[in-house]
Amino acid sequence: MSDPRLPATFENPGLPPHVHRAADTDPRAAKRAERQVASLFTLSILSTIGFVVSYFAVKSDTEAFIPFIGTTNLLNVLLGVFLALALLGIGFGAVHWAKTLMPDEEVVEERHPIRSDDETRAKAVGLLEAGAESAQLNRRPLLKATAGTALGLFALPLGVQLAGSLGNPTKALDELKSTIWDVKDGKPIRLVRDVERTPIKAADVSIGAVFHVLPETIKESHHVLEDKAKAAVLLMRLHPNDFAADDLGKKAKSWGYEGIVAYSKICTHVGCPVGLYEQQTHHLLCPCHQSTFDVTRDCEVIFGPAKRPLPQLKITVDAEGYLVAPQGFAEPVGPSYWERKK
Amino acid sequence: MSTASSARAADLRAGDPKSSAPASASAKKAGAVASWVDERTGIAKGASFMLKKVFPDHWSFMLGEVAMYSMIICLLTGVFLSLWFIPSAGQIPYEGSYLPLKGITMSEAYSSTLGISFDVRGGLLIRQIHHWAALMFVVSLSVHMFRVFFTGAFRKPREINWVIGTMLSMLALIEGFAGYSLPDDLLSGTGLRAAEGFIRSVPIVGSYVSYMMFGGAFPGEAIIPRLYAVHVLLLPAVLIGLFTAHIILVMVHKHTQYSGPGRTNENVVGFPLMPVYTAKAGGFFFLVFGLLSLISALVTINPIWAYGPYDPSPVTAGSQPDWYMGFADGALRLLPGWLEFELFGFTLSLNVFLGAVLLIPVMYTITGAYPFLERWITGDNREHHILDRPRNVPTRTALGVAAITSYLVLMFAAGNDIIAIRLQMSINDITRAFQVLFFVAPILTFWVSRRICLSLQRHDRDKVLHGRESGTLVRTPDGQYYEVHEELNEFDRWKLVGFESPAPLALPSGKDANGVASKDAKKELRRAKWSKFFFTSRVEPVTPAELAAAHHHGEHEAIETPAGAGAHAIKQAKHD
Repeated sequence: MSDPRLPATFENPGLPPHVHRAADTDPRAAKRAERQVASLFTLSILSTIGFVVSYFAVKSDTEAFIPFIGTTNLLNVLLGVFLALALLGIGFGAVHWAKTLMPDEEVVEERHPIRSDDETRAKAVGLLEAGAESAQLNRRPLLKATAGTALGLFALPLGVQLAGSLGNPTKALDELKSTIWDVKDGKPIRLVRDVERTPIKAADVSIGAVFHVLPETIKESHHVLEDKAKAAVLLMRLHPNDFAADDLGKKAKSWGYEGIVAYSKICTHVGCPVGLYEQQTHHLLCPCHQSTFDVTRDCEVIFGPAKRPLPQLKITVDAEGYLVAPQGFAEPVGPSYWERKK
Repeated sequence: MSTASSARAADLRAGDPKSSAPASASAKKAGAVASWVDERTGIAKGASFMLKKVFPDHWSFMLGEVAMYSMIICLLTGVFLSLWFIPSAGQIPYEGSYLPLKGITMSEAYSSTLGISFDVRGGLLIRQIHHWAALMFVVSLSVHMFRVFFTGAFRKPREINWVIGTMLSMLALIEGFAGYSLPDDLLSGTGLRAAEGFIRSVPIVGSYVSYMMFGGAFPGEAIIPRLYAVHVLLLPAVLIGLFTAHIILVMVHKHTQYSGPGRTNENVVGFPLMPVYTAKAGGFFFLVFGLLSLISALVTINPIWAYGPYDPSPVTAGSQPDWYMGFADGALRLLPGWLEFELFGFTLSLNVFLGAVLLIPVMYTITGAYPFLERWITGDNREHHILDRPRNVPTRTALGVAAITSYLVLMFAAGNDIIAIRLQMSINDITRAFQVLFFVAPILTFWVSRRICLSLQRHDRDKVLHGRESGTLVRTPDGQYYEVHEELNEFDRWKLVGFESPAPLALPSGKDANGVASKDAKKELRRAKWSKFFFTSRVEPVTPAELAAAHHHGEHEAIETPAGAGAHAIKQAKHD
């Protein structure tokens, strides 16, 4: 069937014949292209002037309405648009110049194998060997061993300095376990509202309400953000019948006060604040990775990537009716770490 | 004018600056300067090598250029920002002109970022160009990587450059994360909060490493200045170093080119750096910069003033990282909680560790290793300078599509809350669906894209054998209709037949020559099995014999077009 005279595969036919552009053959087209390129460069020049004028002439707080964009800062828009036109004028001008007036006949450049020829390789190997030989590398094992060791070790001081001075990790395990809820002098710590820092009366917490809470000790804190990052608490009041009837529900209720319960706000997954409370379902949702905790069952994880429930803060009221925490958290708050159970 | 100056440049390259007298005074001055420089640097040798260097033309070769220019724009605008930004977590009351935050206690980093946005004239523009350019950098380098992958440009001799590119890509993610964490607003601070959780999940050393990085308890005042040093000094230095090596290797290898008439594995067909590519690529820098300025003028990015200063207690719904970190965030949302467990009393949080710490290095290791894996499977040790059309290597293309699918599943999973709200769906169902899709979707897309590649190849064969549909319908005297097909000319045909389609390695027995099962023979068997996986589904290019046979078959009924038109009409009955 197949013709034995035909080659097994097609041959590369070589470069196709070159087709001239209008500007190559028609001087008027070339002149037109030149005018177009010059106009683009002129646009750039004018826009640069526009930028400088806007920079000095436009007040920085002027608002302007831009269709499809909305109300926005006029100075930013003018500076940006003029800068853009100044740059685009140059860009389009240069590219249009290249496409219409510069030579468009393709050039062929030969490739050569990347590898060096054998002679060059042999020469390089020879030089290396001769160098090692003249340095007496192999004849003096003592030098070889000591130089190798010295080179292997020289980065150590820098590494020690860096690792040793970045931060003191020895405090890590103690600090990760403790919060400023920990009672020092046996005196229960009042719960205060986040932001206002006022104490909360149990009577002020109506069913369905949720409070962002900090310990009163935050007022004396010298490291407010660091302490807050561990001590933030969410306080909710449920109807006592809303708690599950199982052990988890009973524990949650008993650590609370008349249906008011307090839980660490720091997610046990990677530490985002668990800020979303679904009042109807009594679920707490972390907005970062959607771990969902069931408040009626001691904040057990019912969905999402977290494994552990949010730690509960045991609360009660003091003589004046204010909510207090008689003890700190019973376990470390926040994300897991290797020694969490130790 | 331009030809005159290039002629002079050619003379200068020949090392004979005095041979032609400059025409104008300015040209004379330029020549004198060039001569002065060359006598002290010998630069004319390098310049003549560079200026006549040929680059092939193709739109997909501009993707890497976009990445390069975006990086340069980031460096440029970054220097501007560093003049006003204060990398300090020290708390101060805000005294700037943005009224809603007046008097609020915040870090100097956040306060100075507000200052750049409201009190430095044009500062907001520079900040937005910086952020948009960073996004453009990651987008363009990712798409550039896709181009390199799907066209097989990573093959010998370019494996090293692929590995360098992989490292550049990974560092770009880290550089971006470090950058958007600096303003210390509520969103970026929440990101750092999560990052601290990630580090804690590292087995054994996690809690210590966290304390070292943050200089104590989270958030501390150390992380902002440290991230700043990483963002403006350490990573840019590494990025520029790797990028320079990347470009030098492109010069050494000479650019790849697509298969086409006159293009072979031994040449480069295109335009010289001077003047065409200087104008095109130089102009393109201005186009990229101009486009980024335009976007930054019109579209707000990262309005940190709307988030407020970082505070560990509040959080906003829909907290998400910048898009390029989305896939890692998505992985965190999909990994189930039961992956955290106790081991001899120690806690191992694989639900966090796998997605937040291991995913990125593992993903990039696989990416970087791919050229070596493919080379092992194909056993192909030749240099490749002609790019593959993705359809002509169906299995590689399908593997790439499957990898991108996994990536996209994770990335969309990072938007599970947004999807749930926008589409009024249950977030639980969406998350479960993504968990299933992560395993199922890559297999499906692998199979589908391989089938699509094969049928595109068959379509190419059909076009070569039977010609292009001309759109001309002919009615024969007996009432039959057919469409005239025009045969491809040899240049168009070459684009469709100029590729290789290797057959899989023959399955060896797994035993050596003496019939004994040996380790080496087993390795060969394994390799042959992979080769079978890689090459079994394939379509071969049309051979001259097949084309001749198709002609022969068609001629029985063909209506010949007039000789000389070059078109060979092939008849195909059309059934209506």
